[in-house]
Amino acid sequence: MSDVVQIRITDITPTGEEVLAQQGVPPGTQVRPDINAICANALELLDKTAAPIGVTTGISVQQFGYVFEGEGQNEADTPVGDIYEQAEHLLLFAVTLGVETSSRIDLLFQTNDFALGCMLDAAASVAADKAAAFVEQQFALSLAEGGWDLQSGAALRYSPGYCGWNISGQKKLFEFLAPERIGLTLRASYLMEPLKSVSGVVLAGPREMHEFDPSYPSCATCESYSCRDRIHALFAD
Amino acid sequence: MDLLQQIADSVIRGQDKQTTELTAQVIARQESPKDILDKGLIAGMNVVGERFKSHEIFLPDVLLAARAMCAGMDLLKPLLIKDGIPMVGKVVIGSVQGDLHDIGKNLVGIMLKGAGFDVIDLGNDVAPEALVAAAKEHQASVIGMSALLTTTMSVMGKVVDMVGEQGLTGQIRTIVGGAPVTADFANDIGADAYGFDAANAVDRVKDLAGV
Repeated sequence: MSDVVQIRITDITPTGEEVLAQQGVPPGTQVRPDINAICANALELLDKTAAPIGVTTGISVQQFGYVFEGEGQNEADTPVGDIYEQAEHLLLFAVTLGVETSSRIDLLFQTNDFALGCMLDAAASVAADKAAAFVEQQFALSLAEGGWDLQSGAALRYSPGYCGWNISGQKKLFEFLAPERIGLTLRASYLMEPLKSVSGVVLAGPREMHEFDPSYPSCATCESYSCRDRIHALFAD
Repeated sequence: MDLLQQIADSVIRGQDKQTTELTAQVIARQESPKDILDKGLIAGMNVVGERFKSHEIFLPDVLLAARAMCAGMDLLKPLLIKDGIPMVGKVVIGSVQGDLHDIGKNLVGIMLKGAGFDVIDLGNDVAPEALVAAAKEHQASVIGMSALLTTTMSVMGKVVDMVGEQGLTGQIRTIVGGAPVTADFANDIGADAYGFDAANAVDRVKDLAGV
């Protein structure tokens, strides 16, 4: 049975710089006052419209193997495939900002308010990712309370659609997690609705298990390489 | 600075109210609607496009400029229609069937309008038949498709095939884009062009439309 996770908007509100960075504005760039004003407006709208919530369930390595296998469309070699078998604790999760934020973004585009529409979309994308990060952090803290060593261990999240884990993996993940109880549904194309949602697995284990050389087949077409930042952050101290 | 240059400047600076006022002034002076479009509004957006491509400005700046251009176009479009002046070209765009991701497609649509195209935006989750039917109905010369999932990009090939099956190859050109889409994929499915980002997509559409 999955657990509902309450998430406060204040836990996941992005900074103005993060919202602008999401739109390609390098950090530290001096932007025009009217753009800063639109960004502030977007963050207000996010605060008004977002209703973040999550759902999680613990899962064994064997059970996750079944989920990860999915529809049999993963790459042959994947980071997740190599990492999960080393995990000591695994947690399936899904988070969403709810439907109202996405509806408001649509409305802004329909009324030609492109700048605010894009800004709110960017803010919502960052906030959804922060909601996933919140679940990841809460999982690590709960393990630590149970005696798990946070110094030598690390809990990182991985999502279908990345790192060779085919997007069709959403199907078995949804079957196991049943996130419909928080209003999340899955289309035949494996697209989640509402749009501003994130799902995946948090894998907790020795820090070293998360370290990998980004030379897998899926790395060749990856545009984010966020793995490099995450791995670097694990070993920064 | 003459009024048309001032219009271009107000578009560049993303000032929609000023663009509206200046456009109204120049219309009142009975300036040629085509000149207002080409030397005022589109001229401004062309500068914006170049500055965006060279990373002097960023997406929010482009969107404010586009909003200013649309504000001017709201006044100008009835006059263009009355004088029978066509837009630069017609493009049908949509996110393919199964896909709901909007932003990239919206950005391309906004920037195409800024470049003077008439854009028929079919929205999200658009069936292949609907894209081709709309292009025929509106006599569009280009179909632009967006997908953000590897599971939906395959629909793009169906659209290209349909264009061929209906004997419209060359008459209707296709361009594809979106995060999982690559130039190799575009070639494999027989698309006429691939846009790696919104600005590049607009340049490719201009090429396809012969502008």
